[in-house]
Amino acid sequence: MKITVLSGKGGTGKTTVATNLALSLDNVQFLDSDVEEPNSYIFIEPNFEESMVVNRKVPVIDKTKCTSCRQCVDFCEYNALALLGDDVHLFSELCHSCGGCKHICPEGAITEEDRKAGEIKFDNEVKGLQFGQGELSIGEASAIPVIEALKEHIDNDKSIIMDAPPGTTCPTIEAAVDADYCILVTEPTPFGLHDLKMAVEVVRVLDKPFGVIINRSDHDSDKIIEDYAEEEGISILLKIPFSRQIAQLYSNGTPFIEAMPEWENKFKDVFSKIKKVFE
Amino acid sequence: MKIAVSVNNNTGLDAELDPRFGRADYFAIFETETEEVNFINNAAKNAAGGAGIQAVQTIADQGVSAAISGNMGPKAYDALKAAAIKVYVTKGGTLQEVIKAYEAGALVEVSGPTNAGHAGLR
Repeated sequence: MKITVLSGKGGTGKTTVATNLALSLDNVQFLDSDVEEPNSYIFIEPNFEESMVVNRKVPVIDKTKCTSCRQCVDFCEYNALALLGDDVHLFSELCHSCGGCKHICPEGAITEEDRKAGEIKFDNEVKGLQFGQGELSIGEASAIPVIEALKEHIDNDKSIIMDAPPGTTCPTIEAAVDADYCILVTEPTPFGLHDLKMAVEVVRVLDKPFGVIINRSDHDSDKIIEDYAEEEGISILLKIPFSRQIAQLYSNGTPFIEAMPEWENKFKDVFSKIKKVFE
Repeated sequence: MKIAVSVNNNTGLDAELDPRFGRADYFAIFETETEEVNFINNAAKNAAGGAGIQAVQTIADQGVSAAISGNMGPKAYDALKAAAIKVYVTKGGTLQEVIKAYEAGALVEVSGPTNAGHAGLR
């Protein structure tokens, strides 16, 4: 079972939900795929024993074969190539490694070489789980190669909890596309609702079963999310209250179930509810 | 010789300098000998990324020798350098004022990017 925790809006509580859920369950592989800014490690405190470089392909142009026909430049959707003077110039941090230029070049002047896109790191035993995270190199345009590399290490004998990147763009989709179930974290504000709707749109296109967790829940304001969920037939899996204690624990880097053990069962219940979807 | 100025409309010499280079609305291509001015659309304006590079490609294709804008990001700067296009920045004013200042030698030629890059539309 692979569960991806996502949210349209950043800062709604993906990491709070993912870390506390992962720590509440047994036999978990917890993967932080928010590779632009992984922060689950703050709560898990891993000691990374394994680290692997993630490479991606970028073009190399053989100037002796290039005729400056600029077909590659016109083809590149990401403006990674420009014909300046007589030479094709590569701006490799913009390249998405699609390989299209190599195929389009009529002179066979383009080959590929590796460029470091980031790293993936693992601690196989920390706080009772296996932890892994991806880290995108500074200046890289695309998070996808690093998320893909992280996913190659998925252990299907475990329950996989994946903390997804915020938003609803390619990296988030990469983290959710092969999930069995998606947890959408939101907050009871108009902004939270707006971005929840975008996240719902994504998981519906991906055809994933999903449920919502309301973070910073407050009885009166929850209605904005509850009304929407009812209208759309979306189940609300859990509400995490807007509590000073939880906020303080978060700011100290402590997963709140460690200080509030009664929450462990609530997260276990969430997992049971999710498993029932597949029965 | 031709120079390119990033501008915010294509109405004429009263067009204002667009302080953004890669995402400027238009480029005014000014021919110093004939004093003729042509406006070209900046197709890079709404590019998801790499707008600076695409904009350099656009003006390089026009055969310009100098580019004038309010700021020049690192990738645009590198591309302009590769294209052997000189880079000048100025604070603002109309196209006419900018051209006058350029011709009077009052603009500063820069030897590096003038602002940090920012990935994508921001």
